[in-house]
Amino acid sequence: MYAYDEIDRTLVNERVSEFRDQVQRRLSGELTEDEFKILRLQNGVYLQLHAYMFRVAIPYGTLATNQLRALAHVARKYDRGYGHFTTRQNIQFNWIKLAELPDALADLAEVGIHAMQTSGNNMRNVTSDQWAGVAPGEIEDPRIWSELIRQHTTLHPEFSFLPRKFKIAITASDHDRAAIKIHDIGLKLIKNEKGETGFEVLVGGGLGRTPFIGKTIKHFVHGRDILSYIEAILRVYNQYGRRDNIYKARIKILVHELGIEKFSREVEEEWQHIRNSSLQIDDEVIEDIRSRFTYPNYEKLPHMPDELRQAAADPEFEAWRKNSVSPHKVQGYSIVTVSLKPIGAPPGDATAEQMDALADLADKYSFGEIRVGHEQNLALPHVAKRDLPALWKALDKLGLATPNVNLITDIIACPGLDYCSLANARSIPIAQELTRRFANHELANLIGRLHINISGCINACGHHHVGHIGILGVEKNGEEVYQITIGGRADEGAALGNLIGPGVKFDEVADVIEDVVEAYLALRERPEELFIDTVKRLGVEPFKERVYATR
Amino acid sequence: MTSPLEQKKIKIAGPSVVTANRTWDGIVVYRTAAKSWSADLSEAAIVRDSDEAKALLAESVADDVGAIGPYIAPVQVGADGKIEPGNLREQIRRTGVTIGSTAQA
Ligand code: HEM
Ligand code: SF4
Repeated sequence: MYAYDEIDRTLVNERVSEFRDQVQRRLSGELTEDEFKILRLQNGVYLQLHAYMFRVAIPYGTLATNQLRALAHVARKYDRGYGHFTTRQNIQFNWIKLAELPDALADLAEVGIHAMQTSGNNMRNVTSDQWAGVAPGEIEDPRIWSELIRQHTTLHPEFSFLPRKFKIAITASDHDRAAIKIHDIGLKLIKNEKGETGFEVLVGGGLGRTPFIGKTIKHFVHGRDILSYIEAILRVYNQYGRRDNIYKARIKILVHELGIEKFSREVEEEWQHIRNSSLQIDDEVIEDIRSRFTYPNYEKLPHMPDELRQAAADPEFEAWRKNSVSPHKVQGYSIVTVSLKPIGAPPGDATAEQMDALADLADKYSFGEIRVGHEQNLALPHVAKRDLPALWKALDKLGLATPNVNLITDIIACPGLDYCSLANARSIPIAQELTRRFANHELANLIGRLHINISGCINACGHHHVGHIGILGVEKNGEEVYQITIGGRADEGAALGNLIGPGVKFDEVADVIEDVVEAYLALRERPEELFIDTVKRLGVEPFKERVYATR
Repeated sequence: MTSPLEQKKIKIAGPSVVTANRTWDGIVVYRTAAKSWSADLSEAAIVRDSDEAKALLAESVADDVGAIGPYIAPVQVGADGKIEPGNLREQIRRTGVTIGSTAQA
């Protein structure tokens, strides 16, 4: 867990009173919507189809139980009893009243939660691996660096009016769970030959209308120089980024247009000016941040406790364990992924009751800590293995033990036309239907790891480009039509998917996906060959032939 | 549905209304003939040509304290005078999400 200091607490509280005043002036008519819009966006307040939407940041995906309870409280008191966890470690409430927003913000501020920079053309929530600090083999806890960057960039005037929004993600593991290659800046924590900590820096990744996989701009930037290096990138972006055209304003376009060589030369030049300035980080600063992250007092526990051995006889428990439980860096402990993807339900939603109950379980079994991952699931990061059977039973009662993590029903989906004012088509009902089609656990298991990602428009909030199967909703003559891609991925081997054929209608999407999966089962070389590997080996054509032959 | 937020020139193909979200709580509202806002589509003022639409929109935009983001949306008017939303987006805005309840626990 991370403990905020006095500066942060004051900042968050001042921000609430400032916003309360702004809302008052808006409601009285003193501020017009034009004047107010930028202010509300700076506080995470959007307008959706049915209501205002309120986006709250969960920095680097770490929540304490009192914070999760506060989110449950907001869902219950100011919203309709649930929240939606997003792909960028935020939570969104869909039915908030503007007049009550300052109260909701004040209630969240009491537990150190805020909505700053969750929208607008500024530095967004710095995201990280949801297994940070507990993943085996990680270089060090990437949240220390996420926090450093958060502190430096929050309300930083130079980064508050960027050409467009700016997103950074950090990982410290070889397996990238933070999707760093589709961020404006992706940082991979590494050590150089001398054993010093630093970063491989990637730039220019992003999805949306013009998707790009991030490119490595520098193979090693020393940890002490990371702020100046990021600042150099942002300065080059601030100077050359296109402010005239919203579709060309992201850094990915600039990197693409200049080319990575020229872009990196510009950054290098800028960097040399500022590298040895006050932006150089003292070890004490890092140590101070490090000391604010607290870790549990783990017990010495056996690798294979009796409780686990006994529970292994229960096939339902085993099915859940195989998909939801992952190795922890401390012996005797596990990381438990909590699926927010029950069959037939909207991906990523959690009710206030589930949040409260999960907070209780985290207190009991995970040293009071919860994590949020970009796949729209939650995680309990420190569960003793002996507690796994009891935890499973409790999660199951809450509808939070669907044994489908990383399987075909573990779908990422944006709100789509059911909520979003920018949408062209619905996303959530497509996801719901797909989970019903593949509800059979044996079938889902037979298919193995397969990520379906769905977006309701080209903005790509549902990461469709990087889904193993990607589904994009578009509009054609007033009707919802869906384009289907295969072969995308968001991890260290990030790639964009390729279209497999003409768009299909709402009612046909699930049939087509079933055909794609059938094609895969027929085409794979052996059961262990994952969908994504079969596509890589064979390309799109054999899938296209099989799926569209009869259509 | 192409987002009407991108609406640039005003040209309507059939009966239309002006819709927006009420400022204080965000709910969906429609501009009425009485120069006010109503949550009930049946109370909406119907416009049938571009000039009428322009005028209704201008008046709605001017009432910035009442509602935000006004735009022109198509409707269908039945023989009995009953007004129905003219596309899926507006249907969803009127009747709510199509995904059932999230309270699945
Ligand atoms: C009110 C609802 C939302 C609005 C208005 C909205 C708006 C947008 C827009 C305009 C873009 C494209 C940005 C660009 O390419 O420059 C975008 C991208 C994105 N949004 Fe959303 N979004 C919404 C909800 C969500 C949700 C629910 C999620 C998570 C599930 C999300 C996560 C993302 C991500 C990951 C991207 C793509 C990554 C990137 O290139 O930035 N957004 N969003
Ligand atoms: S992808 Fe489009 S429809 Fe989906 S949330 Fe983003 S802006 Fe809305």
